[in-house]
Amino acid sequence: MAAAPIEELVRLLAKLPGLGPRSARRAALALLRRPDTLLAPLLAALEVCARNVRRCSVCGNLDTTDPCAICADPDRDPDLVLVVEQVEDLWAMERAGAFRGRYHVLGGTLSALDAVGPEELGVERLLRRVAERPRIEVVLALSATVAGQTTAHYLAERLKPTGARITRLGYGLPVGGELNYLDEGTLAAALAGRRPVG
Amino acid sequence: MEWRDEGIVLEVRPLGERDLVVSALTFEHGRHAGLVIAGRSRKRAPFLQPGNRLDLVWRARLESQLGRFTVEPRRLYASILVEDPLRLQALAAATALLEASLPEREPHPRLYAGLSALLGRLAADEDWREAYVRFELLLLAELGFALELDRCALTGATEDLVWVSPRTGRAVSAQAGAPWAGRLLPLPAFLTRGGPADPEQIAQGLRLAGHFIARHILAPVDRPMPAARERLAALLAPAPKTEPA
Repeated sequence: MAAAPIEELVRLLAKLPGLGPRSARRAALALLRRPDTLLAPLLAALEVCARNVRRCSVCGNLDTTDPCAICADPDRDPDLVLVVEQVEDLWAMERAGAFRGRYHVLGGTLSALDAVGPEELGVERLLRRVAERPRIEVVLALSATVAGQTTAHYLAERLKPTGARITRLGYGLPVGGELNYLDEGTLAAALAGRRPVG
Repeated sequence: MEWRDEGIVLEVRPLGERDLVVSALTFEHGRHAGLVIAGRSRKRAPFLQPGNRLDLVWRARLESQLGRFTVEPRRLYASILVEDPLRLQALAAATALLEASLPEREPHPRLYAGLSALLGRLAADEDWREAYVRFELLLLAELGFALELDRCALTGATEDLVWVSPRTGRAVSAQAGAPWAGRLLPLPAFLTRGGPADPEQIAQGLRLAGHFIARHILAPVDRPMPAARERLAALLAPAPKTEPA
């Protein structure tokens, strides 16, 4: 039986995604065995994050400044906004390094079951942002699921009156994907989106 | 306990980081939920979407348990419809309505056949608006609230039926219903005489079915109309008439 503070540490670690009680115990032991090189720096990093990280009031990203570093970057195209569901999607796009515009993080998709409506997704905030820039292009980068795409179609309809150019990410063959293993919808979308070669 | 059946996914809910709880309308076992291990994996997630038709095997130690589904894809309607806002919304509305209104584990093979037929129409982009309205009327009938649209509740006439009583769900002819016209629901002609329907008739059909679904099925369990269904009705509403200049 571990001491109460250690049990509390394990209990809290077990709440993190990917960690169950067993892996939380291993993580707690790893921290406690390396107090100087792991535990103390982690504590310091957690304190800094708890004190400083906040949601960007423009795009909904997480950063230590408001507006976030992406929204404040003058080298990023303010007339190109990519709409994503979650901050992790923004991070994924940033890892790809292929996008030089700005973002808008919805925080989810429309869901009657979870009581997520347009207000919870901050749709009005997006509309205001788009209305401020007459030549803006909005790229809808939502999941290719029924929930993601019904939300994307809803946003497209709401954005239409602003006159903004509305696009979405392409569907089709994933890099490294084999035709034999693709579902019929992806194959149909890939065929519809075919391009000339050469 | 083990059974095999075919089913159409109504709803999926994440459980932890890898798994999904899938609710499906099955042919023989009604609306039934089960856990799909690694349902969020790259391999399984594409076919665990509302509207997709699957082969299911359900296993549990006791009948009362949630149990586990083993799933194989049969027909992936969601990926066919994903680019079309209207048809995707119709799929979302139909699955959300069934999830909200059907009791669990009560077989409704006719409803399963009706949903399959609707999905087929949606995939083929063929008369699906009329099929959607008929599907909602089938849902009402299957749950014991069938509308009587073949004869007038007041006179017994079988011709010129243009209204429905919002209380009884019975048709009323134009002549007999005239004194109460403002309080009766319009009965669209395609439901009595067949044939294609214009946007006005589709809107009337949705209003008619929506009224009784809300009154008989959702209100008693204190549930609102699913947002997906509300949104479909808004999308299919006829464009407002503009005055000539």
